[in-house]
Amino acid sequence: MSDTIKNIEEVDGIVIISTNGYFNNLAGDAVLAACVEKLEDNKVKFLIDMADSKVVNSIGVSILIEIIEKLQNVDGSLSFCNLAPIVDKTFNIMGISKYCNIYASSDEAIKGIS
Amino acid sequence: MAKNPEVELKLPIIPDIELSATKTAEVISKHMNLSEEKTAEISMALIEACINAFEHSKTKEVYIHFIVSNDKLTVKVIDKGIGFDKSKVQIPNIENKLQKDERKRGWGLQLITELMDTVEYESNDEGGTTVTMTKDRDNE
Repeated sequence: MSDTIKNIEEVDGIVIISTNGYFNNLAGDAVLAACVEKLEDNKVKFLIDMADSKVVNSIGVSILIEIIEKLQNVDGSLSFCNLAPIVDKTFNIMGISKYCNIYASSDEAIKGIS
Repeated sequence: MAKNPEVELKLPIIPDIELSATKTAEVISKHMNLSEEKTAEISMALIEACINAFEHSKTKEVYIHFIVSNDKLTVKVIDKGIGFDKSKVQIPNIENKLQKDERKRGWGLQLITELMDTVEYESNDEGGTTVTMTKDRDNE
């Protein structure tokens, strides 16, 4: 675990990564590393809970594109929940939303992904 | 209390210092009674403008001016670095970045353009770069 990742757990086969604080390059790299590690364990469904990351920058978010790319190669999925409105808007502008599912809460996400 | 204050910051280039500019933006937005949505958009645009200046200007400091007027907030992000040619900046597209070797980054100018009401760039290799962006006051 790092300062930028608050928790990683698995629920119903979904890897849930909860981020913490400013989602910058360090946070993006930490999430990428966590996903790569779980991919090596053949996990392909990922949910990123950003309830505690209300501020992002484009460098951090662009690292999510790498994760989408890796998951496309294994027919996996990337979802998000608890996005602040500005983070949601940023994802829309960058096109991230077209390649991910976005849910209001983690409960809703787990139901939707499962 | 000043009705239309001007605030100037000088930021050294250290990790995450752009967040100090967003704190100032939040205080000014509150003073102007801007909505939470507009405040968040200004902060995000400011983060991107700062990061661009930090990464590309090759200087040690970035200056930020907040200018409050009756109808809008103007934010200037100024560096005295090497300048850039905006015509050479490609408009990013996620489809062009997925499954290709193309770098995933390069979204800053696009985000600033989408989030602010107006954006202007002045840049040359002698005077550096000034990004001037505005957000209109809420009509209420």
